[in-house]
Amino acid sequence: MGSTSGQPPLAIEATGLVKSFGETRAVDGVDLSVRDGSVYGVLGPNGAGKTTTVRMLATLLHPDAGSARILGHDVVREADTVRGLVSLTGQLASVDEDLTGRENLILLGRLLGLRRAAARARAAELLEAFGIAEAGGRLVKHYSGGMRRRLDIAASIVVTPRLMFLDEPTTGLDPRSRNQVWDIIRALQAEGTTVLLCTQYLEEADQLAEGIAVIDHGKVIAEGTPAQLKASVGTGSLHVRLLDPDQRPNAERVLTRTLDSVHLESDPSALSASCADADRAAEAVAELARNGVAVAGFSLGQPSLDEVFLALTGHPAEEEQAEEALAATDGRAA
Amino acid sequence: MSATPATTHTAAARAAEEAALRKALAATPRPPRASALSSALTFGWRGMLKVKHVPEQLLDVTITPVMFVLMFTYLFGGAIAGSTAEYLDYILPGILVMSVLFTTVYSGVALNTDLTKGVVDRFRSLPTWRPAPLVGALLGDSVRYLVAGTVIVALGVVLGFRPDEGVPGVLAALGLTIVFAFALSWVFTTIGLLMRSPSAVMNAGFMGIFPLTFLSNVFVDPETLPSVLEAFVNVNPISFLADASRGLMQGGVERTDIAVVLGTAAVLTAVFAPLTTHLYRTRS
Ligand SMILES: Nc1ncnc2c1ncn2[C@@H]1O[C@H](COP(=O)(O)OP(=O)(O)OP(=O)(O)O)[C@@H](O)[C@H]1O
Ligand SMILES: [Mg+2]
Repeated sequence: MGSTSGQPPLAIEATGLVKSFGETRAVDGVDLSVRDGSVYGVLGPNGAGKTTTVRMLATLLHPDAGSARILGHDVVREADTVRGLVSLTGQLASVDEDLTGRENLILLGRLLGLRRAAARARAAELLEAFGIAEAGGRLVKHYSGGMRRRLDIAASIVVTPRLMFLDEPTTGLDPRSRNQVWDIIRALQAEGTTVLLCTQYLEEADQLAEGIAVIDHGKVIAEGTPAQLKASVGTGSLHVRLLDPDQRPNAERVLTRTLDSVHLESDPSALSASCADADRAAEAVAELARNGVAVAGFSLGQPSLDEVFLALTGHPAEEEQAEEALAATDGRAA
Repeated sequence: MSATPATTHTAAARAAEEAALRKALAATPRPPRASALSSALTFGWRGMLKVKHVPEQLLDVTITPVMFVLMFTYLFGGAIAGSTAEYLDYILPGILVMSVLFTTVYSGVALNTDLTKGVVDRFRSLPTWRPAPLVGALLGDSVRYLVAGTVIVALGVVLGFRPDEGVPGVLAALGLTIVFAFALSWVFTTIGLLMRSPSAVMNAGFMGIFPLTFLSNVFVDPETLPSVLEAFVNVNPISFLADASRGLMQGGVERTDIAVVLGTAAVLTAVFAPLTTHLYRTRS
């Protein structure tokens, strides 16, 4: 590790970060290196240590051990410099609910050193750009989840940060709001801001990030590009629903010939199988039709975070699926 | 790669939206940092905005003092001082002190409430003067102190209170009380950072402030008390503040009273302001 002189410093360079709360080792030796100008995903389930990691990087928590540099500045020794480079959109809405959207943005503008008129103008510009101009005069506690999130992100860029922390920005949003947030993140990156994105959704990291660290129980258990990660996990899956549940054994036989690890779902008319790409899925569905199996519907899913974790933590997903399948068969036989 | 959901937007509207977004996101030069004073005042402005949006929150700082004035003047006035008018002259400057000091507990409660929200993380991650959020909040709270004080004096005047030193005397007493309240509220913001919930702060705060104000000369002349209590009342800084307040309003203020009040305020601030700031910054 350690940035070689001459090269531009990494946006984030963390080594062996540790943070405990009493007995809980929330973060247990996390290393991260994030290139300046990239979007980097930190992927992990509830309680993995994402928020705690971000809070250390944003100078809000002192690490118990390890160190981290933001654009070459130590988060503990040069905390104040770091604060001038980063901005944080926390997991809890980090805007003031008792003020209006506009007041929130003016407040931050003033705190960041804008003069009164400039802060006002900037607030108006951001409200407009984020589609919350009409709601600008309303109290934030009356905002919808999507509006609140957009305001939250707007509040983080009142003055453009070099590095932005986004902690689960789309959790709880509907697909439209989620897409809006994704557009904002893409635009941010296009303008040169580095984004550290915490998320529970592999799809989100896949859509936006050039690199991903998967963390669990405070440790990085895998690191790489989305493609590398998905390859290491294996595959997505094809879900098929049949018109007639009685045809399921037949469908299972057909799918076993074309795809891997066929899995009977708890719904007696549904089954799924591992499947790497759309072409093979289409082939499999066509094969079902040729064999006279009537399909009510099918969908192709990315590997879920569950599958990623099962794969990465060493419990092979197939084994569990097989057990489940067995249980399901037993259940029906009884 | 992303499957864009069907939206009602036309392509042109979408392009315009995107252009506006790009423009807003385009890196702007970072302005010089806000000065300490400016950031504290900005946080003070935040406090005022909250009062503006929810003016009902001023009820707690007005109803209690009104109740105290009425209760003490009519319920105990006759018994303690012989006549209600005489007692009003004695007690009103003291109740002013008490009401404003009670209000300081709410500074700790408000801070604790703030901490349960995500916005504090944002404030703490800003490159501002460290105590700014706290100093600013107290500046905002001084509006409450002023309201509480004004209500008391106005009510007193309605009931027949006629201070000898007139408006300047009342303003001086109010000013001194607010200075002391400012210093005392640092104690409650410290408590606000140490306790787990707003109601715990409220309980701890009033558990401290109740005995402190009642064991002062706000309500009774200490000479009528048992000697142990009298000794405590005589060294209680709130007694000095009540004396100073009476002196400033009725004439004959003693310099030592003012000196003790300002000295205590300075010590409280010197100890608890840095402590609060430290706790605010390091609280996880
Ligand atoms: N202030 C705290 N005090 C005590 N324990 C904490 C504190 N903050 C976090 N923890 C614990 O540390 C662990 C990691 O929490 P953290 O919030 O970092 O996870 P996360 O990955 O952000 O999870 P989520 O997806 O639910 O937000 C959890 O077990 C949590 O209970
Ligand atoms: Mg979290």
